[in-house]
Amino acid sequence: MSKRIHSVSALFDTPDDIIHAAEKTKKAGYTRFDVNTPYPVHGMDDAMGLKPTMLPFCTLFFGLMGFFIALGLQWWTSGDPMPVIGGLDFKLPYFLERYPLVIGGKPLFSLPAFIPVMFELTVLLSALGTVGCLIAGFCNLPANGHPIQDSNYIRATACDRYGVCIESTDPRFDLEEVKAFLIKAGGKEIEIHMENEPLKIGLSNNLGFGAILATVAIVVSAKTYFVYNIMLYLPPWTWMSEQPKVLPQRVVEFLPASEAMMAPPKGTVARGFMPYRYAGNPDEAASNLLNPVPVTGESLKQGKNLFDIHCSVCHGYQGKGDSRLNGQFPAPPSLHSEKNRNLEDGRFYHIITEGQNVMPGYAKHISEEDRWKIVNYIRALQRAVNAKESDL
Amino acid sequence: MSLDYSKPIPLFEGKVSLREMDDAIARPMEKPDNSRFLFALSICGVLLSIGGVSLYQLLAHGTGVWGLNSPVFWGWAIVNFVFWVGIGHAGTLISAILFLMRQKWRNSIARFAEAMTIFAVITALIFPLLHTGRPWLAHYLLPYPNERAMWVNFRSPLLWDVFAVSTYFTVSLVFWYVGLIPDFATMRDRTKDKVKKFIYSIFSLGWRHSNRHWQHYERTYLILAGLATPLVLSVHSIVSFDFAVSLIPGWHTTIFPPYFVAGAIFSGFAMVVTVLCVVRVVYRLENIITLDTMERMNKVIMATGLMVGYAYSMEFFIAWYSGVEPEQFIFLNRAFGPYAWAYWIMVTCNVLIPQLFWFRNIRRSIPLMFIISIFVNIGMWFERFVITVTSLHRDFLPSSWGYYSPTVWDLGLYIGSFGLFFTGVVLFARFMPVIAMAELKAVGDDAQPSHHGGEHE
Repeated sequence: MSKRIHSVSALFDTPDDIIHAAEKTKKAGYTRFDVNTPYPVHGMDDAMGLKPTMLPFCTLFFGLMGFFIALGLQWWTSGDPMPVIGGLDFKLPYFLERYPLVIGGKPLFSLPAFIPVMFELTVLLSALGTVGCLIAGFCNLPANGHPIQDSNYIRATACDRYGVCIESTDPRFDLEEVKAFLIKAGGKEIEIHMENEPLKIGLSNNLGFGAILATVAIVVSAKTYFVYNIMLYLPPWTWMSEQPKVLPQRVVEFLPASEAMMAPPKGTVARGFMPYRYAGNPDEAASNLLNPVPVTGESLKQGKNLFDIHCSVCHGYQGKGDSRLNGQFPAPPSLHSEKNRNLEDGRFYHIITEGQNVMPGYAKHISEEDRWKIVNYIRALQRAVNAKESDL
Repeated sequence: MSLDYSKPIPLFEGKVSLREMDDAIARPMEKPDNSRFLFALSICGVLLSIGGVSLYQLLAHGTGVWGLNSPVFWGWAIVNFVFWVGIGHAGTLISAILFLMRQKWRNSIARFAEAMTIFAVITALIFPLLHTGRPWLAHYLLPYPNERAMWVNFRSPLLWDVFAVSTYFTVSLVFWYVGLIPDFATMRDRTKDKVKKFIYSIFSLGWRHSNRHWQHYERTYLILAGLATPLVLSVHSIVSFDFAVSLIPGWHTTIFPPYFVAGAIFSGFAMVVTVLCVVRVVYRLENIITLDTMERMNKVIMATGLMVGYAYSMEFFIAWYSGVEPEQFIFLNRAFGPYAWAYWIMVTCNVLIPQLFWFRNIRRSIPLMFIISIFVNIGMWFERFVITVTSLHRDFLPSSWGYYSPTVWDLGLYIGSFGLFFTGVVLFARFMPVIAMAELKAVGDDAQPSHHGGEHE
């Protein structure tokens, strides 16, 4: 079976020649012909009678698509959760869930902040869309199997010659006529291009390709399995499961003393714990300290609470010295003795702060203000136990 | 040496035929000097492996191995990111903006500058990814429907940056590839090696220099140039938003976007000059990448250098004029504080040294422009360092003041980034046409017909 002719081509030497040749070809009535030049030659589109390209409309289409995708994506994801419409509360699939974030008190739909992403997506989709249309739509590429590939003609036009190529599908095509026409137009090195044999698609010549595909599939799956099921669970990719932090009742390996409660540096003052001015000096405390907390129902109530928590264990709920510890710890004297009733507020405060005899100081546990509230409560207890007639 | 700048300067030195042009450009691919190539590649390999060790340290121990600590949490990683993204901008400027302005001299350097864009942006992207601390979770940065039912914060400049830089990379890559298609086809038709022919065939997509294709192709190129022009301006503007949208004195200024774009072009052109000074000699392309082209690059460097210098002085003026005390403090601290050394390196390299280009002899001297362009690169790196670190290291309260210094792993990763960039450049120069053949052929003296279609005698 003889192969069919695809086209006949001729070469020219200068840009001027090729423009003339293209015009002559068009005038001779040929429509299915092509001009191959190493670079775009100006004026060739008119000489060949080509219509202006429609490519910019593709750019417009894809650009608008990018613009509206970005706008819609940002509007949807930043918006309020779906409102209940007409009593119908329809549940969105999790991947369409909206995620409203209020940033700087701006409205959820804050257009100025959305413009950068809209611009970028517009440019991205226009560029990709334009190039995609150019390659696949307007140029029908890839076309490595085209009949003029791998001929002297294409090698010459890729470098420094210019060529006209008239295809056999042209209605006016006649081999001898076309040859004569091209020579008359000044063409050199007339070349006839044959149609390629159609590709045979069968098992035998595709076995190798199938093997390659199978290998790629196996390698890619194995890699994916390894990455997502093994590698990401090895250090350092531990999906944040390893986090050095302080846990209660555990040894803390990364701190110097292996314990969470580190000793504060010397001279550190915690908030609300000012250094005590009358340390070891009860008499001065008694005469200088004034109770800053007024006696109100609220402060007495808080004082009772604190007294019951911290003091009543030894002093008893009424301060009578009736410890609940049943003699396991020496019981303190009653707070209602003549001597104790005459002590100043400041001295009570001092005793709570620093301790006395076997009683430890409570400065670390009870804040300054709370200590005064306890003092107020002790006063109320004393007055309740030794009430005068005028109190009734 | 008397040049008449009022007349068009020829693009090539001497008469170069189309075939000679192809031969010259294809020489590194067809008759490679393998010993030189391997030497260059091994130097890059050493730099890369230094980066590899630093990368391992970072992944194994976390960002703590860098010198970051309160109050400076943006250190060299951010500085290097802005530096490399800036370098990339020259490529797009040359290939897109100068194309729209019909600057024919761009043709001989456009391909190389675009390749540098690609490699610079790849290098730049590594730093913010590592800076997140868990680069293997980088996909959290993208808005995709996910099982966490969470979306990204579209009001954050850091997210705009993700979109800007990834769009920039994709569009630059596509632009570069579209330009390469006809050249791959030319290489396919030149080569006699079967393997090479197979590879070139795949990448050329079977391009056959048909005018029916050129028609759409030229329009695509114009459209891509038109898209890339606002894109390149937007990218460094958005990078500057990372700083300018915050409320830190010294960052919160409206001059940042134009100032960053000018700085990016400045540093990018300097890097292109640095690399081209070497490439045009190594590949014997002196008559195609001419001295005139290099001189034009130097003029752009000088112009953008003056813009950057203007921005430096305007920052000080506005700090004083605004009457805002923290602003005034931060700028005085920049020039006279603990980082004054970095500030004055920046001013010297970026503002003072490029002034030498006022002299024609210096502008046209290859060794001098090589040295000056390296100084500009140093200066522009320090500009990003000064901006990032000086605004952070003295916080509003003197109790949270500190002095930031990098560790050896910061340095290692920075060296590694040069390794990555130059590995890309060396491989590109060995395996791809470093000059756009089809574009260059189209702008020669007799390349276009003496009349224009239809209107001839």
